[in-house]
This record gives sequence, C-alpha cells and structure tokens, in this order.
Amino acid sequence: MPASGSVSDERRQSTRPSRFPKLAGLALRPVPLFAVQPVLNRLVRDIASRRPELFERLGPHIHTAFAIDVEELPFVLRLLPDPGNPSLTAHRRAENIPFGASISGPFMTLFAIMDGDGDSDALFFARDVEVGGNTEAAVCLRNALDDLEGSVVDDILEIGGPLYAPLKMMLAYLRKSEARP
Amino acid sequence: MSPPQPPRLNRPELICPAGTPAALRAAVDAGADAVYCGLQNATNARNFPGLNFTPDALAQSITYAHERDTKVLLAVNSFATAPGAKLWQDAVDIAASLNADAVIVADIGVAQYVAENHPGLRLHLSVQAGASSPEAIRYYCREFGVSRVVLPRILTVTEISAIHDEIPCEIEAFVFGNIGMMAEGRCSLTNYVTGQSTNMDGVCSPASAVQYVKNADESLAAKLGEFEIDCFAENESAGYPTICKGRYLTPARSGTYYAFEEPVSLNLSSLLPELVGAGVTALKIEGRQRSRSYVRAVVSAYREAIDDIMEGAEADLSVLISLTEGGKQTEGAFKSKKWR
Repeated sequence: MPASGSVSDERRQSTRPSRFPKLAGLALRPVPLFAVQPVLNRLVRDIASRRPELFERLGPHIHTAFAIDVEELPFVLRLLPDPGNPSLTAHRRAENIPFGASISGPFMTLFAIMDGDGDSDALFFARDVEVGGNTEAAVCLRNALDDLEGSVVDDILEIGGPLYAPLKMMLAYLRKSEARP
Repeated sequence: MSPPQPPRLNRPELICPAGTPAALRAAVDAGADAVYCGLQNATNARNFPGLNFTPDALAQSITYAHERDTKVLLAVNSFATAPGAKLWQDAVDIAASLNADAVIVADIGVAQYVAENHPGLRLHLSVQAGASSPEAIRYYCREFGVSRVVLPRILTVTEISAIHDEIPCEIEAFVFGNIGMMAEGRCSLTNYVTGQSTNMDGVCSPASAVQYVKNADESLAAKLGEFEIDCFAENESAGYPTICKGRYLTPARSGTYYAFEEPVSLNLSSLLPELVGAGVTALKIEGRQRSRSYVRAVVSAYREAIDDIMEGAEADLSVLISLTEGGKQTEGAFKSKKWR
C-alpha cells in the first residue's frame, strides 16, 4: 500500500543570504596575517569588555578553542572566548591549528548568524553551515551570540577608532546589501 | 433571505517559544499572545546547553512581556526524580513569586505541589504528560485543577473535536515545528544511547553526545554516542540528530531507511480554521532551541495567518519552508494517522 499523508516534496531550499562580494575576498588574499592581527586583537578585547554576558552562556566552553572557517577568507580564525584572556587569531589553512569545535560556512551566512538575523538550525539543515568537533561548545556559542541585545555587528559599528574604519565600512555595506530586495 | 453564515470562530491565542530573553522579546514584539520558556536546569524538557533563563532573567522577561500585555508560561515539564523533587518545587515557587501566568507541568507530583501550595497559579498540562483521552484529561482537571491541556501530536482534528466536547478545560495544540512520532513523555531512545533522559534530564540527544564527521566524499555523518544515526550526502538536507529521525541499515532492506520518521517539521497552516473550529483555544509553536531569528519569522507569519483567518481569508505559510527540518513539512497525524 502506498504511504499516504501530506509530506511536501519541496527541493532543498537554501536559506543562505546574498553573496559576499568576490572583490573583497580577492582583495584580502594578499594581505599578510600580521596586518590583520592587530584589528583582531583589539576587536576581541573590545567585544569582551562590552559584552560580559556573552561568556555566561558559554559555561565551561570559555576554555574551548573555536576554529571559524569563513569560506571566502584566505585565513581561518581561532577564537578563545576566555573572559580573562580572550583571543582571536588568524591562521593560514595549511597550519594545523588545535581547536575544540569548528564552525564553517560562507561569509554572509556566518555574518547573518552573528548579526542575529539567521537561524543557524535552518542553515545547518540546508547544509550552509557545518559544525565539527565539540557540538555542545558550538551550540553554546550560538546561543550566547543569539541572546545578545542587538548584535556583535552593532558593537563593531559603534566602536570608534581608525583601526576599525575599513571593517566598519565593510559591515555597513554588507548590512545594506542584506536589506536590499 | 441571506445564505447561512459559517460559524464564527473564537480568536485563538498564539503561544510562542523562547530559549533566551532575546528570543522572548522577539516573540513579544512579533505578536505572541503568550511565550513559554524554562529555567536552566532539568525541570524543563528543553534543558540544552547555553539555553534558558536564570530566575533574574525570567523576572526581567516577565516584566517586559507584561508591560506589553503578553503572558509568560513557565515550562516545569520534565518528570521529578527521587530524591531531587525539590528542584521542581523550587521552579514552581519561582514561577509563582515572579507572577508567571501559568506553569506547564507533566509530573503528577509537581501538579499536586502546584495545587496545594499555589492554588492561584494557573496550571497547564504539558504535552509530556501524554494525556490523549477525555478520561485522562478529566482526571488531571479534577485532581489538580488543570485549566488547559497541551495535546500530544498523535490526534486527528476530528479526534480533537470529540475530546473538546468531553473535557472541562481548554485545549492547546502544536501547529508548527519539530514533530516526532514517539509517544510524548514516554520516549526512552535518547536514554538508551546516551544515558540521559528526555523526560527526566530534559534533553533529547544531548549536544555533548552528538558529533558530526565529514567524510572524504563530502558526506556528513551524524553520530550520537557510539552510533552513527545518519549520513547526509553532499547536497542533501540534514535534520536533528535524534534517533527517531535517523536512517538505518538492516539485513531485511537494501540501503538505509528511516525506521521511524524522516527529518520533517509540522506546519498546520492549512488546518488552522478546522483546528479553531474543533475548539482549540491556543495554537502553539515549537522551538525553544531555535534562534530569535526563527522565533521572529515564525511568530510574525502565524500572527498574520491567524488574523487573516479571523477575517475569513486563507492563510499561506509556505514561506516557512526554509525554516523546517530537512526542508520538508507535514500535517502529521492531525490530518491522517497514516502520514508515514
């Protein structure tokens, strides 16, 4: 007997937001890591001091290292969300960096999650985001980011200083392109 | 003489999930009539890492919701285990002291505690209680003063209508989100594999026991404990890593098959008028483990759909397909017991 019911048969639908500008990815390719690192150092310290609540939902995973692999970037980020000594470092993919959990996906997808505008479960179902290593740590990080009033992107746009100027320009542009129909 | 008019529907309440205060605010702002949430411990059936509310966060969230005429329901809906029942009693006390609008319970000991110690606190019977007959529901109403029953997702709309005519309390029914075919409150599959119980520890497929492994052919294996429960091909949609939605090998079949249920979400948009006509007082969205973005999108869509139906228009919620598990949706047992 054939199965009856009402399961729809829609094809897999990606919830992936619009694409990261190709030029930006290409422009970053020749940038040496030592030029990126001061921005990352400052960024992680500023976010940690502005958002102490971020660490509460991480529980024991403040000591877990997260590898964040953004498809279009020529480097991998390693985040250690230890409130006492937070760090965010850039590494070439060839480096075998130690990590406890990994999160990977296209820039605009991860940007949407960070900006409180993307549902990571749906993005995972659609295979736009991948998680590896310690799943509990990855879930905690997602929940911590999701519970922020506003978002980390808001924070970066509010922080002053010439170091952030190019980053702020890019984030403002990406938000605008996200809002575009 | 004008043609006969269809019976006027009572406006149902929209009950929405929140795993964090940010999600609660998103639900309130998107038009929820009530939001349900839980504490950060085993008293709540969504006891996931990094999720849920501290008593302080709950207090602030209740204030936020009440200032906007939205109710907050506290889920204390796992089963109390000896000798730790005080944890569940404390959760009920917290709900009462913070003026939560109701507690949602499954355990008869917890229900008894509410009835004896907080007779003014509204009591809802959780789906976890698995009360699916008029006799069972009437028992809870008579013994503990239950005001509303959340029905298990195993009943057709016709059966819900028949139950409605025989019980003295309100009915709440799930309309969107995760759906399993196991008897709710009785499933021990997770316990079997991980040693942690959905019903007593409040967690189905604990994230600490889940691992995703990418294979050389770009497929993704989902593992729970020591078992591989599914393997998704490179471009195939994935689902939650729960045993009931896994794909298995058996000598009796060639290839893998879904032994219980496939990754799919409930979406009852086309049955909303029938559900309300059957006497359902409150329509519930599942997903306390989901993001505020999900909450905002689903609550807004259902708010609009309910308002459309009350105006006599049709509701179209096909836009929610992108938020469903496996990219698929079903009306499950609400339409037919043979949906599989």
